[in-house]
Amino acid sequence: MADTLVHEVAEPAAPVEKPRRAPRVRKTPVTYLMRFIVTAYLFFLVAWPVSLVVTHTFADGFDSIRSLLDDADMVVALQLSAYVAVWSVIINTLFGVGISLLLVRYEFPGKRILNSLLDIPLSVSPVVVGLALVLVYGGRNGWFGPTLAGWGFQIIFSTPGIVMATTFVALPLMIREIVPVLEEIGIEQEQAAESLGASGLQRFWRITLPSIKWGIVYGVVLTLARSLGEFGAVKVVSGNVLGQTRTATLAVEEKYLNFDPQGAYATAFLLAMVSVACIVVVAIIRPKNHP
Amino acid sequence: MTSTEIAAVRPARTPRRSGPRSTLTRSSGLGLGIAMIWFSALVLIPLMAVVVTAIDGGWDVFRSTITNGQTAAAIRLTVSTALGVTVVNVIMGPLIAWVLVRDRFWGKSVLEVMIDIPFALPTIVAGLVLLSLYGNDSPVGIDIANKRPAVFLAFLFVTLPFVVRMVQPVLEELDRDVEEAAASLGASRFTTFRRVVLPSLAPAIAAGAALSFARGVSEYGSLVLLSGNLPFKTEVTSVRILSSIENDNVPAAAAVATVLLVISLAVIVLLDVIQRRVAARG
Repeated sequence: MADTLVHEVAEPAAPVEKPRRAPRVRKTPVTYLMRFIVTAYLFFLVAWPVSLVVTHTFADGFDSIRSLLDDADMVVALQLSAYVAVWSVIINTLFGVGISLLLVRYEFPGKRILNSLLDIPLSVSPVVVGLALVLVYGGRNGWFGPTLAGWGFQIIFSTPGIVMATTFVALPLMIREIVPVLEEIGIEQEQAAESLGASGLQRFWRITLPSIKWGIVYGVVLTLARSLGEFGAVKVVSGNVLGQTRTATLAVEEKYLNFDPQGAYATAFLLAMVSVACIVVVAIIRPKNHP
Repeated sequence: MTSTEIAAVRPARTPRRSGPRSTLTRSSGLGLGIAMIWFSALVLIPLMAVVVTAIDGGWDVFRSTITNGQTAAAIRLTVSTALGVTVVNVIMGPLIAWVLVRDRFWGKSVLEVMIDIPFALPTIVAGLVLLSLYGNDSPVGIDIANKRPAVFLAFLFVTLPFVVRMVQPVLEELDRDVEEAAASLGASRFTTFRRVVLPSLAPAIAAGAALSFARGVSEYGSLVLLSGNLPFKTEVTSVRILSSIENDNVPAAAAVATVLLVISLAVIVLLDVIQRRVAARG
C-alpha cells in the first residue's frame, strides 16, 4: 500500500522535474559561424591579453611577487586597498539593502527621481567624482572642508576621502542586484509572518534576508571588485603619498611609469586575481535558477 | 505673510498631480531620511558643487574653456570614439548573448566568465592587459600604444559587458514558441529574427548601448598607460579634467566635468524612459 502511494505521488511529479526542454538548436553553418566569431572576438579582446599578464608576472617564477611583498611601501598600499574596499562594501551593503527595501516596499514623493539618481555613479567619470569630492571636502577651500578640518577631520588627501570616492563609484551595484529580487519575491510571505505575530525585525531576519541572500552575495562581490580596482577617483582625492595614501591601483601606474614593468605586472596580477576569483567563485556557487 | 498665514494657506492648495501617497511608516521614514542624508553628502552635494563652480566663472569662461582647441579636440575624440564603440557593442553584444543563451558547446561557461572580466578588472590593470598584447612589445606585432586605435580598443574592452548582460536575461525569458510559430508559418530564420526576436530585444539593446556610451565617455583608468594622452591626438576628456585639476585650474576642470555630467544625466534619463516603456508594455 505504502509502496503504491509513494509510486503514485512520484509519478506526476516527474514531468514537473524537467520543464527545461532539450534545446532545439538546429546546427546550421550560421550557428558555427556565430560561435566562431564570438569565441575569436573574446579571445583577442579578453582571454589572450589577460593570459599575457599572468605569463609576464611569472616570467621568472615567483620572484616578482616575492619582491613585491618584501617592499614595505607596497604592503602598505595593498593593505590600504583592502581596508578601503572592506569599508566600501560595508557601507554600500547597509545603504543598498536599506534603500532597496524602501524603494520596493514603500511609496513616497520623489521616489522615481531618487531611483534614477541612484544610477548616476554608474555613468559619471571617476575623475569627475574625485573633483566633486575635492570641491566639497577639500581642506583649504571646499564647501565643508575647512569646517570639518576645524573639527579635526581631514578627508581629502587622507583615508576617509579614499573611502568616500570608492563608495561613490560602487554605490549602485548592490541596489541593482537586490531590487529585482525583492520585486520578484513579493510581500505575501512577510504578510503571512506578520499575521502570525512576527515583529519587523524577525520578518527581516527570517523571511526577507534569506530570500535576498544571493542578491547580496553577488552585490558584495561586484562592490568588492569595483572598490579594489578604483583608480581615477582615488587618484584625485588621495594625493598619492607613498606609504600613506597610495593604493595598489595607483602603485601599478607608478611602477609602470618608473620603468618597473615587472612590479606593475605583479601588482596587476594580484589585483586581477582577487577580482576574477570573486567573480568565478560566485558564478560557480550561485544556484542556476536564481532570479 | 506670517508663518501662520502660510500654514493656513497650505492645506487648501490642491496637489499638483494625484501621485501615489506616501506609505512610509515612522521607522521607514527615519531610514529614508538617514539614507538621503548620506546620499546627499556623498553624491548629490558634491556633484552640485561641480556645476556651481562651473557656473561661478560665468558663461564666457565656461564657453572659452569648452571651445579651447585642446579641450574641444578631447571632447570630440571621446564622444566620437564612444559612439563608434557603442555601434560595435550594439552588433556584437546581442550576437554574444545569442551564442551564450542558445548555443551549447564545450567551454561556453569559460566565455560566460570572460564577459565579466572587464567589469571586475581594475581599469588600470585593463590598460596594462591590453598593452601587453597590443603595446610595443606585442607578440603579434600590432603596436597601437599611444595611437588613436588604442582609445577605441580600451573603450571596447571596458564596455564589453553592458549590452551582453542587458540582452541575456531577456533572451532567456523569450518564449521560443512564438519563433517556432513564425517559422511554421513560413518565415525564414532572418525574418523571424527581425520581426519576432529583435523587437523584444530592442529595449535591452538600447539600455545597454546607453550604458556603454556613458561608460566610454567617462573612461579614464584604462587609458592612462595605453593611450599616452597626447594632446589633440589621444587625449580624452577625463584626462583633460585631471590635468586641469593638477594645474590648480579648478574652474576649467569643473566646466569640462559639467559637460560630462550633462551626458551622464542624459543617459540616466534615457534609461528611465526605456524602463518605463518596457514596464508599460508589460
